Amino acid sequence: MNYFIDIMLIAIGAALINNFIFYYFVGICPFIGVSRNVDMAFGMGCAVTFVMSIAAFVSWTITSLVLIPGAPISSYIGAFFMTAENAQKIDLTILSYIIYIFVIASSVQFVEMYVRKFFPSLYKSFGVFLPLITTNCAILFACLTIMSHVSGVENPADAWDLGRALSLAFFGGVGFTIAIVVMAGIREELDLCDIPKPFKGAAITLVVGGILAFAFMGFTGVNSGLRKALTFDEPAAQVEQDESAKDRGSQGRINEMPAELVAGEKVLKLNARTSVR
Amino acid sequence: MADQPTPLERFIQGILPENPVYRQLLGLCPTLAVTNSMKAAVTMAAAVAFVLLCANMVTSLIRNLLKPHLRIVVFTLTIATFVTIADRLLAAYMYQMSKTLGPYIPLIIVNCLIICRCEVCASKQPVFTAISDAAGQSLGYGLALASVAGVREILGTGMFFGFRVLPATWPDWAVMVLPPGAFITLGLLLGAVNWYSGRGAK
Repeated sequence: MNYFIDIMLIAIGAALINNFIFYYFVGICPFIGVSRNVDMAFGMGCAVTFVMSIAAFVSWTITSLVLIPGAPISSYIGAFFMTAENAQKIDLTILSYIIYIFVIASSVQFVEMYVRKFFPSLYKSFGVFLPLITTNCAILFACLTIMSHVSGVENPADAWDLGRALSLAFFGGVGFTIAIVVMAGIREELDLCDIPKPFKGAAITLVVGGILAFAFMGFTGVNSGLRKALTFDEPAAQVEQDESAKDRGSQGRINEMPAELVAGEKVLKLNARTSVR
Repeated sequence: MADQPTPLERFIQGILPENPVYRQLLGLCPTLAVTNSMKAAVTMAAAVAFVLLCANMVTSLIRNLLKPHLRIVVFTLTIATFVTIADRLLAAYMYQMSKTLGPYIPLIIVNCLIICRCEVCASKQPVFTAISDAAGQSLGYGLALASVAGVREILGTGMFFGFRVLPATWPDWAVMVLPPGAFITLGLLLGAVNWYSGRGAK
């Protein structure tokens, strides 16, 4: 039951609260470039979700089985060349970035071949955007988040298993799709408006995206509220303490906002306290 | 080859006429993410400059060995190597800043700017041209990051590089250091640059 709640909280976190576009700013290039009409945006979102899930699956597997110290495959092979104890300490995480980008490029290649064979009209409508998914920050970001939860945790029991990793990747893609489809819907209307010439195109998209980011900021704190509501076996006081610590912005290692962003939230709280209302 | 820009022309082009953020709309993810403070923005710009210079240099040196089908993969792996180096250097010598920048340093690997420069310039030009192109583009990128970061930090915290520039009675526009402020600042600055460039064209 706790596992299911955990998965659900990761899913809601990745899709809405820590939305990849409006909170982490990854995947901006397709957000601005592809969101012209709703059908194409939806197709792009589905493609990104698909590639993200595949890439997350493969990269989690490689990270857990080969890269981290004490991984089964690397320590097994290392045992042929050194003592078993030393082989447990082989740490290949320095290769993570290179391996992840290789995995992503291959995933995109496979998806491209699959789409070209089975959905040729879709392939033609995508054009050059399908190979461009390789340079989509969102996919590499999902892999890096998973890596930080697998190899960056101090306690090996806290390391994410495959279910959590796939949940983050899939629902991160869902959140990306939501954001890009909403933007496409707005842009279809925006095409009919009288926008000043310097702002046509990317500039007005960014401003509207800012207003959407305001809207998505309303989801802050939903995670800890849900966790409090759904966790039955913790005593209430302990949960209260945990959740106020979590609300300060550190839900996990990579979900921790950069220090300046946390400072921004402190400024918000400070203003709320000191302003005369 | 007389119609190709000279190295000096490429260098100057990269700063404003072909500015990577404002004219080509490349590399927007870090521009929105790390521009809360000038220090983070300048560090990110320096990291991108390092990776861009090294990747351009290496790509230009191996340009005659590239097979057409595999060139993007080769660029990406080269860039990934240099980003790993930059990331480890940053974690070793500027640990706090490395924590602040977080996942955005490895995301330089998929920064469209670097792949685009490798594809468009470095894979076809000799080394010196590639280096001057990289230098111009990274200078332009740094200027773009600094402009957004300057606005966000001054309006959002009243400080610039940690030094207070606005009086203490300034009510900090907290939105500027949060995600919506990033989008709106970049959108308005982009509109301003478009207006300025469009003016000369009339």
